[in-house]
Amino acid sequence: MFSSFAAIKIELRGSAAGSADGRDDIKHDCEPMPVSLTNSRLIYDALKKCDIRLVSALPETWLVHLVRLADEDPEMILVRLAKEEEGVGVSAGAHFAGIKSAMLMQNHGLLASINGIVSFAHLYKIPLLMLISYRGSFGERDPWQTQGGNVTEPLLRALGIPYAFLDAVETVKKRIRQAQTLAESSLQPVALLLTRDLMWEE
Amino acid sequence: MLRLDCLRSVYSELENCLVVTIMGAVAAELQSLGHRPNFFYLQHAMGLASSTGLGLALCLPEQKVIVFDGDGSLLMNLGSLSTMARYRPKKLAHVVFDNESLLSVGGFPTATSTGTDLEGIARAAGIPRVSTVRSVESFKAGVSEAMRGDDLTTIIAKVEAAGPAAYVTDLSLLENRFQFRRHIQSLKKRE
Repeated sequence: MFSSFAAIKIELRGSAAGSADGRDDIKHDCEPMPVSLTNSRLIYDALKKCDIRLVSALPETWLVHLVRLADEDPEMILVRLAKEEEGVGVSAGAHFAGIKSAMLMQNHGLLASINGIVSFAHLYKIPLLMLISYRGSFGERDPWQTQGGNVTEPLLRALGIPYAFLDAVETVKKRIRQAQTLAESSLQPVALLLTRDLMWEE
Repeated sequence: MLRLDCLRSVYSELENCLVVTIMGAVAAELQSLGHRPNFFYLQHAMGLASSTGLGLALCLPEQKVIVFDGDGSLLMNLGSLSTMARYRPKKLAHVVFDNESLLSVGGFPTATSTGTDLEGIARAAGIPRVSTVRSVESFKAGVSEAMRGDDLTTIIAKVEAAGPAAYVTDLSLLENRFQFRRHIQSLKKRE
């Protein structure tokens, strides 16, 4: 395992050595971010299939490809937020306008959105499709993510928010469809937890 | 300047736009002038009225949208100014009634009472048209201009910290919400 990791590093350095201006050396000295583009695309295509036409997002590492896909798609309205709670209002506005939307956020963004969820989405019965990257769970290396990981599921249960995991390629499409269907029929927030198994290639 | 007089001065102009208000005095006073199906009162979730207006404006770019915000609510979600400015919906008007007070919970002073300048913050956030008004005449003129829909506008209206005797009305939250959405869908069908 160590030798194969080293081989990747050597290969990256080898390609950088061939660059004309040498700037690639800087880029490749950083750790590569193995966020799965294939699975991000799978998720994005499933959202499109559900007729999602607006995505609000506050980027984090696991969401980089999803946000970029939304940004490059002329059919999608992408709203980059300053704080995730704004997304509850934006999605409510979209719902009133008859447009289906989704929210992309980290689990810490869920923590930052709680009042909006309770005193707007729940109080006024607003459907929210929340795709939440489940940081701080098994395999997490960043110490600062771990406390949020501990409270994510207990919090969803306490809020009475139905949730499921996106953890396997085979079930992504169906689960997104099911979550969107439930959000629309029940007029409430529904959460999908994006897991390391799906989002990370290492 | 009283907020109720401001609302009264533009009430007839609100007929052809979508209106989102914050909770408390703004919602109660607008309802006291006569509820309409194109009015949505966000009776909690402080700070999110402007975000709701942004969502509406982005999804319905031809539709005029006006948000009646307040200093206490906006101070809870100042990032909304930067998000609105980033997407700059031309037909979104953002009116902030600044009474320097959290009136509905007993009148505690907000930071605008000690010098925080919402006009300056909105301008620095990138809102293209920003003004502060202190008379009903200038309020009416400012809102009328914003309603022409040439560009995203924030108007800070300095009003007295006075409100209605009661905040609860006989319009249920859910009734308001479903009526508002149905109204918008009927507008879309008419087009």
